[in-house]
Amino acid sequence: MTGIFELLKGKGSEKQPVIVQGITGKFGMRHTKLMMEYGTNIAAGVTPGKGGQKFEDSIPIYETVKEAVHATGAKISIMFVPAKFFLGAAKEALEAGIKLLVAIPEHVPVQDTMKTIEIAKQKDAIVIGPNTPGVMIPGLIKIGIMPASPFKFGNTVVLSKSGTLLYEISNNLSNSGFGQCITIGIGGDTINGTRLVDAFDMVKDYPDLDGIVIVGEIGGDAEEVLAQKIIDENFKKPVVAYIAGRKAPKEKRMGHAGAIIMGNYGSAESKISMFSKANIPVAKRPIEVPILLAGKMGKK
Amino acid sequence: MILIYRTSTAKNINFSLDNFFMRLLEFQAKELFKEYKIKVPEGVTSKDIEKGRVDAKEMGFPFVIKAQVPVGGRGKAGGIQKCNNEDEFELKYPQVLNMTIKGEKTRAILLEKMTEYEKEIYLSLFLNRSKRCYTIISSAEGGVEIESVKDQVIQEVGLGDVTEKVAEDVAKKIGLAENSIPYFVDILQKLSKLTVEKEAELTEINPLVILKDGSMMALDGKLMTDDNSNFRHKELAKYQEKTELEKKAEESGFSLVELDGNIAVIGNGAGLVMSTLDMLTDNGGNAACFLDVGGTATTESVYEALTLISKMKNVKAVLVNLYGGIVKTTIVASAFLKAYDDKIIILPVFARLMGAESDKSKEMLQDSETQLSPSIEEAINKAVMEVNK
Repeated sequence: MTGIFELLKGKGSEKQPVIVQGITGKFGMRHTKLMMEYGTNIAAGVTPGKGGQKFEDSIPIYETVKEAVHATGAKISIMFVPAKFFLGAAKEALEAGIKLLVAIPEHVPVQDTMKTIEIAKQKDAIVIGPNTPGVMIPGLIKIGIMPASPFKFGNTVVLSKSGTLLYEISNNLSNSGFGQCITIGIGGDTINGTRLVDAFDMVKDYPDLDGIVIVGEIGGDAEEVLAQKIIDENFKKPVVAYIAGRKAPKEKRMGHAGAIIMGNYGSAESKISMFSKANIPVAKRPIEVPILLAGKMGKK
Repeated sequence: MILIYRTSTAKNINFSLDNFFMRLLEFQAKELFKEYKIKVPEGVTSKDIEKGRVDAKEMGFPFVIKAQVPVGGRGKAGGIQKCNNEDEFELKYPQVLNMTIKGEKTRAILLEKMTEYEKEIYLSLFLNRSKRCYTIISSAEGGVEIESVKDQVIQEVGLGDVTEKVAEDVAKKIGLAENSIPYFVDILQKLSKLTVEKEAELTEINPLVILKDGSMMALDGKLMTDDNSNFRHKELAKYQEKTELEKKAEESGFSLVELDGNIAVIGNGAGLVMSTLDMLTDNGGNAACFLDVGGTATTESVYEALTLISKMKNVKAVLVNLYGGIVKTTIVASAFLKAYDDKIIILPVFARLMGAESDKSKEMLQDSETQLSPSIEEAINKAVMEVNK
C-alpha cells in the first residue's frame, strides 16, 4: 500500500491532483472552492449527467471517475455524494484506480461501508471515513471540509473521531506552538475505513514526528486497541489523548452513529484506563491537551 | 446480556454487551423471526388488560406474561411472570404493565405459551466493530448471562453470510447432539439471512431451546438495526418509537438526546457537544438535552434548534458552544437575533462563540439577552449559577 504521506505529497514538485465526486452539489461546490483556495490541486470533478461542463469555468467535469482518472492521473478522490449513493460511488472510484478515497458523507449504512472496505483491501487502497472531516497536511494540501484557520504546519499528528473537536484541539495546539504534519479525521461511524490503529500505522514512522494527539470519544474499542498497540510496539514518542463523552448516558447514540456505550463496552472509563496502562495522559478538557503534550515532551 | 471475550490484537480488552441497546421489542424481533421461519412460541401482544383478557381466554392457562421493554435484565426485575389462572392474571397483568425496568416503562405485554424443552443454548450474530465483520457467538449454555459462560464459540463471518459448513462447525464446537445439528444449521443460516437482509447490528436468541425431537425454538429475541439503512427498510418503520421532539430533530437533521437536567446544551458537531456536556457535568450542572446542530449549521437550522428547546419542559437555561469554522458564527448570531425577535427564547442563554467572524457576532449579540463568554468554562459556570439561583 502506498503510504498516506506519499499519496498526499507526491514525488515531484507538482501538487497531487484530486478528483471531487459530487462536485456540482451545494455542499460539494462550496468545499471544492474552499479546498482550491487552500491550494489543493482540484484536477477534475465527477457528476453523472453533467460530463463536459466546467466547474468555475476551469475544472472539467466528467461522467465517470474512470474518465476523470484517465484525464488527470489522479490517485485521490473526495466524495460529497448522498449516503444512499455512497457504495456505488465508492466502488466506481476504487475500481477506477483511486488509492486514497476521502468519504465525507454521513449516515452511510454500515453494510455499505463494510463492502467498500472489502473492495479497498483488494485494490490496496485507503478509505478515510465515511463521516470524516477529511485529511490534511497544513500548508500543503487539504482534502476535506475542515476550516483552514485552526491548523498550522509542524511536527505533531492529530487523529480524531470528531470533526469540530479536531478543529478546536488543533487550534489549541497551533496556538501553543504545536503545528501539525498531518491531521486525519477517522469519522464518527460504527465501522471506519481507516481505524485509529490504521491511522497510527500510517504516521508513526514520520521522521520528524514530535508527538501524537488522539481525539477519541465513547463507543467501540478503537482507543483501547490503539493503546494496546502502543504498549506492544513500545512506541516511545509522546502520545496524549482526549476522550469526549465521559458523562454521556449509556445506550444512547450521541450524535455520531458510533458514539454509543453498551454496558461497559465503549465507555470512557474503559478507554481512559487503557490509555493510562499505555502511559498516555488523557485531558479532561480540550484546552488542556497542549499542556499535557508539553509535559510529555519535557519528560522525554 | 453480558458478553466478554478477548480479541487477538488486543489483550486484556473486554467486549461487554451488558444491557445491549435493543431497538426492537421481543415481540417485534419474533415477528421477524417468524417471517424467516425461525420457530417461536405461540404468543399475542396487548397494551391494555381488556385486550389481554381476550388474549388470555383464547390462549388458555397456563402461560407467561412478558414485559416488552427495550432493555435487558427484565427477568430479574420481575418482568416475566408465570400465570396459572384468572386470579393470577388479574393481579399480575397490571403489575407487569405498570413496571419500569432500568428507566424504561413497559411498552406492551406479550402473553406466551409455555414450552417444554430439553436444553437451553445461546446464539447471536453481531457487528464486530474492531474486526469490521459480523461475528457468531454461540454457547451450549443459554438462558443465562453469557458472561458467566466459559465455553463460547466465536466465529467471524465477514459480511454476515453463514455457509452450511461454518454453521455445522459451530454446532459441533458447542457439542450439540447429532440429531440437533441439522436444526441448528438451519436456524443459524436463517438468522444470518435475517441479519444481512434487515441490516441488523445485532440479532440474538437467548435462550434458543432444544425440544424433545431435537428441533429448536427461539424463546427470546433481540434485534438492533442500523438507523442509517432505514431508507431501504420501510417495513421496519413501524417498529420505531420516537418522541415528538426526536422526530422534529430528525427532520431538521439534528441529533437530539433528551436528558433529565435543566440546562439545554447546543453545539455544532457531536464531539464538541459531548465535550460540553462532560464539562457541564464536571462543574455541577445537569444537561436537559444533547443537541448537535451538525457541523454545517445555518441560520435556519440554529433557529429550528432554539424552537425545539423552547418546547422542552424543565429547561431553565441554554448553553451554547460553537466552533465556527466553515460555519461562520455570524450565521448563528443571526439565528439568535431572529429567535429573540420572534419571542422563541425567553430563557437566559450563555454562549461561547469561537472561530470565524466571532468578533462581528459578539457585536451583533451585544445588546441581546445572550450572555457571551470568552471561554466555555465561564459560560458553563454562569449557566450553573443561573439555574441554582
